[in-house]
Amino acid sequence: MLILITIWEAISKFDVFPAFMWPPLIIPNDPGGVTVLKTLVNGIIDGQLLEATGSSLIRLFIGFFIAVVIGFVLGFLIYKYKIVDDTLGFFVTSLQAIPNIVWMPLAILWFGLGVGSVIFIVILGAALSITITSSTAFKSVPPLLIRVASTMGSTGIHLFRTVIFKSTIPQQIAGLRLAWALAWRAVLAGELLGGSGGLGTLLDLGRSIQAMDLIFSIMIIIGVIGSFIDNFIFVRIERFVLRKWGILTT
Amino acid sequence: MAEEHIILQNVHKEFQRKDHAPTIALDDVTLSIKKGEFVSLLGPSGCGKSTLLNIVAGLEKETSGSLLVNNKPIKGPGNDRIVVFQESGLFPWMSVLDNVMYGLLIKKVPKQEAKERALDWLQKVHLGKFAHALPHELSGGMKQRVAIARALVTDPEILLMDEPFAALDEQTRMVLHMELDKLWRETGKTIIFVTHNIREAVVLSDRIVLMKTRPGGIKNIFPVQAARPRTSSDSILVHLENRILTELEQEMEKVLKEELGSDYALKTDDLRVDPNNNMGSDI
Ligand SMILES: Nc1ncnc2c1ncn2[C@@H]1O[C@H](COP(=O)(O)OP(=O)(O)OP(=O)(O)O)[C@@H](O)[C@H]1O
Ligand SMILES: [Mg+2]
Repeated sequence: MLILITIWEAISKFDVFPAFMWPPLIIPNDPGGVTVLKTLVNGIIDGQLLEATGSSLIRLFIGFFIAVVIGFVLGFLIYKYKIVDDTLGFFVTSLQAIPNIVWMPLAILWFGLGVGSVIFIVILGAALSITITSSTAFKSVPPLLIRVASTMGSTGIHLFRTVIFKSTIPQQIAGLRLAWALAWRAVLAGELLGGSGGLGTLLDLGRSIQAMDLIFSIMIIIGVIGSFIDNFIFVRIERFVLRKWGILTT
Repeated sequence: MAEEHIILQNVHKEFQRKDHAPTIALDDVTLSIKKGEFVSLLGPSGCGKSTLLNIVAGLEKETSGSLLVNNKPIKGPGNDRIVVFQESGLFPWMSVLDNVMYGLLIKKVPKQEAKERALDWLQKVHLGKFAHALPHELSGGMKQRVAIARALVTDPEILLMDEPFAALDEQTRMVLHMELDKLWRETGKTIIFVTHNIREAVVLSDRIVLMKTRPGGIKNIFPVQAARPRTSSDSILVHLENRILTELEQEMEKVLKEELGSDYALKTDDLRVDPNNNMGSDI
């Protein structure tokens, strides 16, 4: 990490590339000049970056939440009804082969430039993935556990709540983690193309005013948030669950 | 006591298979079991023991024929008939105690009482100390004991056991035999017990149903008349054990012959099977 930073600084000091393409990270090339760190800190202090991050995250949460609901319901229907599996299941798998960003022109036509189309592609990306992972999870519930529960007199919602759903939790969490990563990508891609503020739009702005320091600051934020949520939320929940289920023993 | 508890009449069960003729798992099985009777099902692998048990449990539906429990046709599984499966099937996310309480809570037993009864049963299977452990922290035999406690604690009228002790060591198996025998005598439950172990069947049962294969069905029924409590060295039991063994061997021989086809003769030659064995089964 330190070595990378040093090399980066060296390249910028020797003027291999113009400063707008290769800005210094920490030490300015001329007194008071731009650095990525300064832009990042200023952006956070004056609120521009924070605001953009906030609006990206809000869209992400809304989209992800709706996607989870849709994904679970569809996943359950695919598991429960063979006819849904043969029709919708196949359809969903084919749709998932299309990268999220490809939907953007269509989303813009339907919902216009703005929040609507961004949330649309977040939902689409995450919901398709959750549909597939949750239906697979439901299908892999050990039949023995269902038999045990039914012989004890469990049926319907009780059976679903106490056994079928519980037994899929490790897989569901892995599925959510994957969908979360997809949703995070989708929100940025959506904002980049569809405007409407947020980090993605700010990136596009950075490109048009040739402000590499700004672009870099945003990329750092994106990376940090992405890995923070993955490592501190999903990985922890996953570990806890796997340990409890006895899948992970350390 | 003389009341018929479970009546199977001409029960037939087929499993559909892709690109194959259906498997006939049970062909024309007629059997009635009295209230409080202990019946064992014995027979070679694949003869339909588990299938028969699952039909009585309501987990599988017979293709034709009828099944009455307490003179009523059954509608699916119910907690008057609890199954102990070959594998423990504990819920991995629940503590041992919660697993054992599961059936009680479904029966709306108050939580405190359910807990006490569950702990009581865990004690009986010598797992009181493991109430708060998770299933993956137990050995295979311990898990099976929990599964047995979980079934027995709900106090079902009918207990269906599918090779419940197969995975256990001899020591634990003996303890549980005694425990089961005692429970059965005290509570008068009707028990259907699937096993591969002839001695186990002979010691525990009122009647032993020997099953045959291809198609699966009943080959013979042996009443066991020895007084209880029994020891496996009882001469009546030893005699019976030998009779059943002979018949079972015939059946096994038949299965082997069918499975290996014309190779069979060759194989036996190669293995130089003890000629006495063959003589017994040729009768
Ligand atoms: N779900 C199923 N689908 C298709 N065939 C089945 C199914 N369950 C059982 N069978 C077939 O039915 C026959 C009887 O099976 P069953 O499990 O009842 O045997 P078993 O006597 O319990 O054998 P084991 O002693 O090995 O447990 C077997 O030939 C098996 O292949
Ligand atoms: Mg079986």
